[in-house]
Amino acid sequence: MSAGGAISPEYASSGSALLEVRCVAKSFGVSQVLKNISLQIAAGEFLTLLGESGSGKTTLLRLIAGFEQPTSGEIWMSKERLDTLPPYKRRVNTVFQNYALFPHLNVRDNVAYGLRVKTTPKAEIAGRVEEALRMVKMSSFAGARPATLSGGQQQRIALARALINRPQLLLLDEPLSALDANLRKQMQSELKALQREIGIAFLFVTHDQDEAMALSDRIALLRNGALEQVASPREIYSRPATAYTAEFIGQTNLLRGEINDGVVRCSALQWKTSQAEGAALFSLRPEAIHLAAASLRLQDAVHFRGTIRQQIYGGASELLEIDCGGNQIVRARIPATGPLTGQYEFIFSAVDAIPVTESPSVHGPRTTDHEPR
Amino acid sequence: MYSRAYKTLISIPPLLWVCLFLLLPYALMFAHSFWLVRDGFLVHQWNLHNYRALFNNPLYFQVFLRTARIAASVTLCSLLLGYPLAYYLSFHAGPRKELLYQLVIVPLWVSYLVRGYAWKTILGSDGVLNGFLQYLHITHEPVSFFLYSPFAVVLMLTHIYTPFVFLPIYASLEHIPRPLLEASQDLGADRRATFLRIILPLSLPGLLAGATFAFVLSLGDFLAPLLVGGPSATMIASIVQSLFGAAYDWPLGAAISVCILLITVSLLFTTERLEKRWAFK
Repeated sequence: MSAGGAISPEYASSGSALLEVRCVAKSFGVSQVLKNISLQIAAGEFLTLLGESGSGKTTLLRLIAGFEQPTSGEIWMSKERLDTLPPYKRRVNTVFQNYALFPHLNVRDNVAYGLRVKTTPKAEIAGRVEEALRMVKMSSFAGARPATLSGGQQQRIALARALINRPQLLLLDEPLSALDANLRKQMQSELKALQREIGIAFLFVTHDQDEAMALSDRIALLRNGALEQVASPREIYSRPATAYTAEFIGQTNLLRGEINDGVVRCSALQWKTSQAEGAALFSLRPEAIHLAAASLRLQDAVHFRGTIRQQIYGGASELLEIDCGGNQIVRARIPATGPLTGQYEFIFSAVDAIPVTESPSVHGPRTTDHEPR
Repeated sequence: MYSRAYKTLISIPPLLWVCLFLLLPYALMFAHSFWLVRDGFLVHQWNLHNYRALFNNPLYFQVFLRTARIAASVTLCSLLLGYPLAYYLSFHAGPRKELLYQLVIVPLWVSYLVRGYAWKTILGSDGVLNGFLQYLHITHEPVSFFLYSPFAVVLMLTHIYTPFVFLPIYASLEHIPRPLLEASQDLGADRRATFLRIILPLSLPGLLAGATFAFVLSLGDFLAPLLVGGPSATMIASIVQSLFGAAYDWPLGAAISVCILLITVSLLFTTERLEKRWAFK
């Protein structure tokens, strides 16, 4: 991809993407698991497929790996049709959810497997195995059997076994889900550092939105087999296209209202807008709502009064449930202050109320192309 | 928790059973092999006469070799039938798996003798097979070597022991986690390489267990040579049977039995150690 900033979708679809999923659908019997998915992955990109269980994210990964065949649509990789090739002919490698290490082979033979089946010269194999093990900091375990390793260690071996084949694209199927929380955080940062270092494109499947936010260049959010939104973590968080995206990634207040004469009215809250008249839906993040103070100046400020219903202390910040009258409850996340009771005045910027739709438009999801780092 | 007395009490019946019906007969057999028969009477006089007779008469060794050859053939044939069958059922049978599995198991419910006589009916001079061949004008007179030959013994024993070989192989194939096969393909191995490098090594313990079943059970078989074998297919167990029966030479029969027992036990011991070494958790 060019280094000169964002590229146009037309240019991207003309074949500059590393992997291109074109209108892919997949059904198992009567249940349609994937519906008309189109997605591109750029070389060196870290793209995350995020979604609830049953959203079709693993199925999409398996279609790319070659373990399933699409019902319709095509998958292309570097100007080559991919979906017609058997898995062993694809320049794609997978890190499996439960690692799938070969129990009868030791660490060294597990890592060397991909090279051995391609009859790579022996001398070269030894060097590359050593290099791969060093990369994942597992050199001292070369002779160990997988069963004697911890989950995190098995994870590293699975990574080395896949990367040694120098794939253009690495597929990772919830690789961190079996690890405990601390190890998981550590592996996340190692994974990200490794990906930057070797510059291979990663397609990462997870149901954990924090993990997706922490690791990805772009997130593709799947919902019931369709793409909901594809964008960078910052954009998908700050400018969610749909109500589902806004609620799935982070917390939000969904404000339902009417626009009349250039004014939005959501029960007790109202502000000026240039949007078209009619029904409207907005996402307002809890941290966009502040306790009003004389020192606080916001663009297009919206003021409202509300009663504290509940206060949930969370260390650095606290979450307030505010009753703003007319049966409307909004949540605000403010810096930790101490116990609050009674009525207060709150303030937010109308700019932070992001208009969202109920579901993706008929023209497909709002998709942002990969921007080079 | 159960009391010590209770544990002792409930372990007495099985211990008694093992002593009475296993250890005692073995001890008696072992003792007999060092006694001898004189003028039609058993003489309780310790000697090595029987073992000397065994090693000096090449006939016994020849029969033993033939027995081992037949057992090896049966093992090979049942592996060649049982492994592909187990492989097909485990990986490619899909929804028909359960039904096919039951069909493989059904013959085990039919008496050994019934199956033996069935083969006699099929292979005999006026049997089903000869009748069929003559009906098709492939042969014009009954083919005699079908029945009463080592071939018939191997055929019958293969038929009987293939399910025994199939079962442990099938179990070991079923235990292979399927993601391993996907991982192998993902790393560039085609079907053949995946079979040779992943499936076969992981099913070796089952294969070995099945092969041991077939070999050891065939080695001690005397009914198959009796029913379909004829004189050219006499096996070592047939000799033991006749020595304990018509020939009335229990000591010599016991000596042969002790030898076979030693061979079998050392075989089982070796294969069990190999199975343990090849077993992967």
